[in-house]
Amino acid sequence: MEIPFAILTALTLVSALAAMSLRNLVHCALCLALTLAGLAALYLQLGAQFAGFAQILVYVGAVAILVVFAILLTNRGDQAAATRAPARSWVSGAGIAVAVFAVLARVILTSSLATGHPMVDRGSPTVKDLGMQLMTQYVLPLEVIGLLLTAATLGAVIIALPEKKTPAAAAPNH
Amino acid sequence: MIADLLNGIGLLLWRVVSDQPDAKGALLPVLPAVLQPVVSAVLSVAPIIGVFASLFALTTLLERKGLGRIQNRLGPNRVGPFGILQPAADGLKMLTKEDIIPRSADKVVHFLAPVCLAVPTLLAFAVLPYGRNLVPLDLDAGLLFFFAVGASTELSIFMAGWSSRNKYSLLGAMRAIAQMISYEIPLIVSSVTVVMMTGTLSPMHIVEHQAGFIWGFIPHWYVLTPWGFAGFVIFTIASLAESNRSPFDLPEAESELIAGHLTEYSGFKYALFFLAEYLGMFAISGLGVTLFLGGWHAPLPGLEWIPSFVWFFGKLVSMVFLFIWIRGTVPRLRVDQLLNLAWKFLLPLALINLVVAAVWHFTAVWTFPGALVVRWLLGAALIGGPYVLLGSALSGAKKTTLRVYRYAT
Repeated sequence: MEIPFAILTALTLVSALAAMSLRNLVHCALCLALTLAGLAALYLQLGAQFAGFAQILVYVGAVAILVVFAILLTNRGDQAAATRAPARSWVSGAGIAVAVFAVLARVILTSSLATGHPMVDRGSPTVKDLGMQLMTQYVLPLEVIGLLLTAATLGAVIIALPEKKTPAAAAPNH
Repeated sequence: MIADLLNGIGLLLWRVVSDQPDAKGALLPVLPAVLQPVVSAVLSVAPIIGVFASLFALTTLLERKGLGRIQNRLGPNRVGPFGILQPAADGLKMLTKEDIIPRSADKVVHFLAPVCLAVPTLLAFAVLPYGRNLVPLDLDAGLLFFFAVGASTELSIFMAGWSSRNKYSLLGAMRAIAQMISYEIPLIVSSVTVVMMTGTLSPMHIVEHQAGFIWGFIPHWYVLTPWGFAGFVIFTIASLAESNRSPFDLPEAESELIAGHLTEYSGFKYALFFLAEYLGMFAISGLGVTLFLGGWHAPLPGLEWIPSFVWFFGKLVSMVFLFIWIRGTVPRLRVDQLLNLAWKFLLPLALINLVVAAVWHFTAVWTFPGALVVRWLLGAALIGGPYVLLGSALSGAKKTTLRVYRYAT
């Protein structure tokens, strides 16, 4: 239990560091995919099969592909990004990092790990349990997220639609 | 000690061949406790690699012979009697070739790509039930595991295409990824119908749900229900595209892209890609057999005495033969046709098929005489109607006429 955990943690952390620090953007994206896969392995080690497999399916299978596509379509992926980040993005980046750290620290400090209460072993939930919970207790958040994603899809389609050439819009080009 | 060991191995083989449970339990108690986990893992992994690698060799021969037959030529016939040693010759040629890496290639990623492709492809075999008691890993979310490892192969194709630093490679990889992502959706949605009906994601339980016979002779396989038939057809088309096979072999279209993401690979690495491609085809055919064709169940009552894995591999080879047949007879699609087929035709039909499956599920309470026939006709109408309407709407005003041959007879 300890040695696999150590290997997976090391893999996740090292690849996360590499994803931040490598010069080549595509290498960064591949390292990010490795980090996400490492996280999935950690979930699996905790007995959360559904979360682990969904993590691989969504993040390694789809999000990582989206990231590399975005890199290739917007930037010359084979050139190192030589420009330094502007000061404004440093500030917002630091702000986001502090916020994420605060949330995680709060969760860890209130968990049974820090307060010393004995942990309750509820066993590993099956996919069926998760589905039941999603369809009963958490049905409203699920519907809201579904609506949000549908809106996002529609927005993407509208952005990708070829623009209609109205006479007014076409006039300045002549 | 030696006698015990031989006895254990003999008992293990007998239990595998005769479909008995706990085959590993025959050998493991004989061994020292330290070795048991290792031997147990090897006993699960080694047969998968051995059996499917030999099936790969056989399939290359079957494919070349079959294509030769379809195209009115002999196929390989020089190495060994009737060319049956051709796979061995191909393998030796492949492995003794020089391994060429382009000078400007990204060497690490170029090296890692075939490994990253072969490993998840082999992992997918872990959850398939090969026989009544032959499941390497019975996961509660086995189907999800299969799709998860299948999805992670896309990144390795990107790695291969990008790291070769070759425009054909990159274009081929982009095409392959676009195709795999598009067809993954109908593939998963058409499998979801089976999950809806069985209420489980475990492939072993899905197969168990397909046991028994209707009226004593029609097997209770899902392909024989209206939603199952439609799901199986959608699944097969999508799995052809997922395994990059003709008519969806655009990523490797020889006439346009040389060999797509494989262009800059040679020798052992090319062999690994080739192996992974065929293994992927076997895995996805195996999943199709598990989901729709009753897995290891015998097709007729009275044939259960034949070991269950024989039925599984028989169905698997039939699927592979169907794939070869399609490759020999259907021309390659264009990119726009490929994406239109996935998004405008297969995806709506797969979604409608979910409704058909729900109707089938809720009409299961009908008990009047002939209810099964009425349900079947209702389901067939519900999926057949949209198929005809959607098909004619998409093909537009195109008229099909009888082809007139001017020069050939």
